[in-house]
Amino acid sequence: MPNDLSQIGCTNTPVLKQRGQHEVFCGLTSIIWLHRKMHDAFFLVVGSRTCAHLLQSAAGVMIFAEPRFATAILEETDLAGMADAHAELERTVAELLSRRPDIKRLFLVGSCPSEVIKIDLATMAKKLSEKYDNRVNVVNFSGSGIETTFTQGEDACLEAVIRDLPQTDQTQLAVLGALPDVVQDQMLRLLSDMGLENVLVLPHARADTPAAVGPNTHFICAQPFLGAAHDEMVRRGAKPIAAPFPFGAQGTTAWLAAIAKRFGVDDATLQAAIAAPKARAEQAIATVAKTLVGRSIFFFPDSQLEIPLARFLSQECGMHLTEVGTPYIHRALVGPDLEALPSDIILSEGQDVDKQLDRVLDCNPDLTVCGLGLANPLEAQGLRTKWAIELVFSPIHFYEQAADLAGLFARPLLRADLLKVGKVA
Amino acid sequence: MKLSIWTYEGPPHVGAIRVATGMQKVHLVLHAPQGDTYADLLFTMIERRNHRPPVTYTTFQARDLGSDTATLFKSACLEAYERFKPDLLLVGASCTAELIQDDPGGLAEALGLPIPVVALELPSYQRKENFGADETFFQIVKHVAKPVERSENISCNLIGPTALGFRHRDDILELTKLLDDLGVDVNVCAPMGATPADIADLGRAHFNVLMYPETGEMACRYLERALGQPYTKTVPIGVGATADFIAEVGQIIGKPALASTVRSRLPWYSASVDSTYLTGKRVFIFGDGTHAMTAARIARDEIGFDVVGLGCFNREMARPVRTMAKSMGLDALISDDYLEVERAIADLAPELILGTQMERHIGKRLGIPCAVISAPVHVQDFPARYSPQMGPEGANVIFDTWVHPLVMGLEEHLLTMFRDDFEFSDSAGPSHHAAHAPAQQRAEVETGQSADTNIIWLKDAESELRKIPFFVRGKARRNTEKYAADRGVAEISIDTLYEAKAHYAR
Repeated sequence: MPNDLSQIGCTNTPVLKQRGQHEVFCGLTSIIWLHRKMHDAFFLVVGSRTCAHLLQSAAGVMIFAEPRFATAILEETDLAGMADAHAELERTVAELLSRRPDIKRLFLVGSCPSEVIKIDLATMAKKLSEKYDNRVNVVNFSGSGIETTFTQGEDACLEAVIRDLPQTDQTQLAVLGALPDVVQDQMLRLLSDMGLENVLVLPHARADTPAAVGPNTHFICAQPFLGAAHDEMVRRGAKPIAAPFPFGAQGTTAWLAAIAKRFGVDDATLQAAIAAPKARAEQAIATVAKTLVGRSIFFFPDSQLEIPLARFLSQECGMHLTEVGTPYIHRALVGPDLEALPSDIILSEGQDVDKQLDRVLDCNPDLTVCGLGLANPLEAQGLRTKWAIELVFSPIHFYEQAADLAGLFARPLLRADLLKVGKVA
Repeated sequence: MKLSIWTYEGPPHVGAIRVATGMQKVHLVLHAPQGDTYADLLFTMIERRNHRPPVTYTTFQARDLGSDTATLFKSACLEAYERFKPDLLLVGASCTAELIQDDPGGLAEALGLPIPVVALELPSYQRKENFGADETFFQIVKHVAKPVERSENISCNLIGPTALGFRHRDDILELTKLLDDLGVDVNVCAPMGATPADIADLGRAHFNVLMYPETGEMACRYLERALGQPYTKTVPIGVGATADFIAEVGQIIGKPALASTVRSRLPWYSASVDSTYLTGKRVFIFGDGTHAMTAARIARDEIGFDVVGLGCFNREMARPVRTMAKSMGLDALISDDYLEVERAIADLAPELILGTQMERHIGKRLGIPCAVISAPVHVQDFPARYSPQMGPEGANVIFDTWVHPLVMGLEEHLLTMFRDDFEFSDSAGPSHHAAHAPAQQRAEVETGQSADTNIIWLKDAESELRKIPFFVRGKARRNTEKYAADRGVAEISIDTLYEAKAHYAR
């Protein structure tokens, strides 16, 4: 099923970099899933009405189940003087914590306006942590659109979390990246079957989960967008494990094998742990891949998941890659996946959306992976699209989700075959 | 600094985008960081538009801040002009760009483009989305509209509809039909559908129909001053308002005897005996000022509801909403604080909420049915079918929409009579509306002690209260507690409950 093996390896493929309009979310968007993952955390964005409106609109639907996020909206008076803004923030936090006494971790999240007027949220967080001694841990990170793109919000959050972790000399495996609960449990079962019980998962769901990091911590990322968190772990002395990301049967196997190698798990143990789920995944992928094999796909930059997903679709589903666009290429993380991509693709980093739209129309792929702002306009021009954001909101990692992941790409193609009424928008 | 969980309106630049997206051959260059492009999905996803909004965002980054964001803005303007060839260019800044003070208007002016360039002042830290739309359209009109000869036939302009507006698409069609019946042509509809050339032609119309004061009033006032065009003050939502609107048009065009029969089914549906059960149902009304006020009139005069709460989220409309609330013996709730609105609804325990998508969720939580009458919008507010709010058909749509979420007449009686039927109980909600049944667990406090007084409910009174259907239980609880409190009664018995019932039955 793989494409021509003679042309594999994208490590040295020149990267197309164009500077124009970026059609991407800012890092604040990560809060939409982070606030669900971290049960005792609250995310307070210090920003503008735009930030509040984004959070409300970003998921395409409003989430009304008592959100654990809010915006402290800056007003004209706050822009006047810095001291004023600090006092105002203190008052706002007091108001918030009295409403939500269950909150153990409070994230003060920087935004474009708070960064531009230079509100020192780091110092504020420190001060507030002292004020609410032992009751609430106040941490700062930035989700601003001038510094972060979409999933980089989680990266910045995790970086801040890691910075605050206590030191340990214990030998342990740490897995970085927020995963859906069911997926995380599957992962821990797999690791446990490999004999690895002492696993730290970050971000941790509750503040009182024992979590520490140090020179005997070996860590691996479950998400490809965690460049800053990765670097912070290295600064803390932890040792990175490089591997392709755990998408599909091959990706998951390679990811687990890299961990096994680092921890000296023998091959028989590894094979015993993965044989059954791997076989299930391969069989399930084969069924779904019938729709995908030989079809072409084009990625707009969105979540940084593009390169690992392109690897899965090309290597395991037989899809033909045209352009793989990603907001940012962090080679320490996606290097192993890049090595497995065909070398004749267009690899683009950053964006000039108008030029990229010209390219996608030129190329006329069978499927285009793009953000919500572009999907319907491209459908109206005759392309089939897959919303990229769904890939961040769905369980897609590891063996048991491998076919579901392929299914996310197959569905728009199957749907196009089902509909007999044309499409005039 | 204001703590905000949900907002009713976006920032002012979203209003500007609504105007630009509604129009043709207009392009907006917005000085903004990359995240602000989220606004595109409001139009492509919620409204299912088949085109990207005509907006170029400069998407500056942190590293640009130290160097030259102004150059970035200028090149974005030039590239947008070259690529999209608009007839008119709007330029403005979002909240972050407002702080870096690059003066988009001056920069764009200096480029010497061969088309009109309209600079927008969108004060993000003071104003909101509706203001942004109103201001943007006013600026376009001010720049482009010029005195021209009036049309031979009597004609008007439809002013106010924008992209992402609540039922604007269908209101335009309904009003065009209504005006046609009156012998009035529609000269231009704007912003929705209009080109800059159409704006230049606004002066051909004899008068303006102000459809939505929120997004069109500044332009109408300007056109009245500058081009001598009167504009209509009645928003024709509801049978009575539509009749008044027709009369107002008659006055303006010098045909005061214009027929004012509104061919709507609402009056008969409301009068038919099946609707008797609607009498005096307690409704809470909240939305933008225009839709809230028109809804209040319909609720009281055309359906026979009891309006127990009225308010709006846009402060610009506070004055007329307050006046109307006062005429109904109410204090208006003027607030854009979602939690404050939720508290007001919980306190009043209405039987029906007429609100926005936000109140729909409040209703879900409190177990109170809700019909949506106003923005903020949701994908469901752009139905495939024709469903205006204005004119005769709008009144039909409103009757159906409001009555649907309620438990219907005979079912209401059956629920009262046979409360212990395990399948047919009030916790299941209206039987014809299973998909929208309120959750089993209601937020209503069902403890022995009343929520905000020291009055104790005796056990048998408490269980008697539970026999009252959920949609009036809140009212019964409140009335009984008030009755007890007024008389210094510390414990509520079954007798107290029925004494209160008799007292309030007047």
